[in-house]
Amino acid sequence: MTAVLENPEADAATEVGAVPSFDVTLRVRRFNPEADEPEAYWEEFTVTAYGTDRVLDALHKVKWETDGSLTFRRSCAHGICGSDAMRINGRNRLACKALLKDLDPAKPIVVEPIKGLPVIKDLVVDMEPFFASYREIMPFLVAGGPEPSAERRQSPAERERYDDTTKCILCAACTTSCPVFWTDGQYFGPAAIVNAHRFIFDSRDEGGAQRLEILNDKEGVWRCRTVFNCSEACPRGIEVTKAIQEVKRAMITRAF
Amino acid sequence: MAATAPDIAAPRAPRNRRTTRTNWELYGWLFMRASGVLLLILIFGHLFVNLMTGDGIQQIDFAFVAGKLSSPFWQTWDLLMLWLAMIHGTNGVRTIINDYAERIGTRVVLKSALYLAFTITVTLGTLVIFTFDPCPPGSPDDLLPALCFD
Repeated sequence: MTAVLENPEADAATEVGAVPSFDVTLRVRRFNPEADEPEAYWEEFTVTAYGTDRVLDALHKVKWETDGSLTFRRSCAHGICGSDAMRINGRNRLACKALLKDLDPAKPIVVEPIKGLPVIKDLVVDMEPFFASYREIMPFLVAGGPEPSAERRQSPAERERYDDTTKCILCAACTTSCPVFWTDGQYFGPAAIVNAHRFIFDSRDEGGAQRLEILNDKEGVWRCRTVFNCSEACPRGIEVTKAIQEVKRAMITRAF
Repeated sequence: MAATAPDIAAPRAPRNRRTTRTNWELYGWLFMRASGVLLLILIFGHLFVNLMTGDGIQQIDFAFVAGKLSSPFWQTWDLLMLWLAMIHGTNGVRTIINDYAERIGTRVVLKSALYLAFTITVTLGTLVIFTFDPCPPGSPDDLLPALCFD
C-alpha cells in the first residue's frame, strides 16, 4: 500500500503525479484444514489496486479488509526473505516482486500455493521436505586445518566462480516448479543443488567431495532433465540449470 | 564417535535418504550421451547403405538381408546398433517410469515388463545376427529361397 495518501484533502494536490487505480480480481486457491470436510476450493476477491501495487499488496488488502482468514507467508515483503513464493498465473513468483499491472489485471489473477509440497492452509505449504534436502548437502563451510587468525582469503576471481549461486534466498520457487520434484518429492531439487554448488566451487571449502558424493545419489543431480523451469522461476535470476550442469560436470571429471 | 556424543541437530543430522554410493546413475547419464552420438552415425549409415546406395529401396529383399548378415562387418554394425539402441531406449524408458510412475507397484510392474521386453529383443536379435543361415541344411526345397539354388 505504498503511494497512497490517507488524507482526502491531498487528492487535488496529488493529481499531477497520481497513480492510476483499477479493480483487480484475485482467484485464490484456498484450503482450510479445520473445516468439517477439508477440501481445496477457489475463491475470488475483487480489490481496488494501484499501478504500483504488487500481488502481495492485493493479498494484504484482502486479508486486512475483506477476509482475515486468508493465510499466506510473507516477512520482508521486498524480495529478500523468500517467504512469499507462490504460483501466480501458473508461474512460481514472489508475490512481493510481481506487479499487478504486469499480470494483465483485466483477467482474474490466479494465485495458488507452490506445487509439490503439502499444503497446510491456503497459500502456506510445509517447507520441511525442502529444507531437509537443503540440510543434507551440508550448507556450511567445511574447512580443515587450524583456524586462521584472520579471514580465509580468496581472490576476486575465486569469489566470482560461485557468485551466482550465493544469491539464493531459499524461497523454493525453483524446486516447486520442477516436474521431477512434483512426481514423488524424492529428488533433492534445484535449490539444494544450487546451495551445494555455492560451496563445492568455493576455493576455501574442503567438503566438495562429500557434497558431490551426496548429490551422486540416484535422487541427486542425475534426475535433472534440464527442463529449465527452475531457471525461469528463480526470482533472483540465478542460472539454476547451469549450476546443476556444472555439478554434473564436476562429478564426471571426478569419476574419470 | 564417542558414545556420549550429544544430540547434534540438523544440519549435521544423519541423512535419512538411502545412499546409492555407486556411480550407476552417472554412468547411465554418460552412456545416454555417448550412445546417442554413436547411434546417430550407426542408424543413418544403416539407412544410407540400405536405401541410397545400389538399387535403393528396390534391392531390399530376403537375399539382400541374408547377404548383409553373412558379412562380419555388417554383423558387427547391426549388433552394435541393436545393443546400443536397446540399452539407450530401455534406460530412457526406465527414467520416464521413475519420473511418472508414483506408486511402487506400478513401477515394479512397468519395469519388469520393460526388462523382459529388453531381454527377449536383445537375445533374439543377437541370435539372428550370429546364427542366421538362409539355407538351413535338410530343409524341403519348396521352403528355401531362390538364392540357395544359385
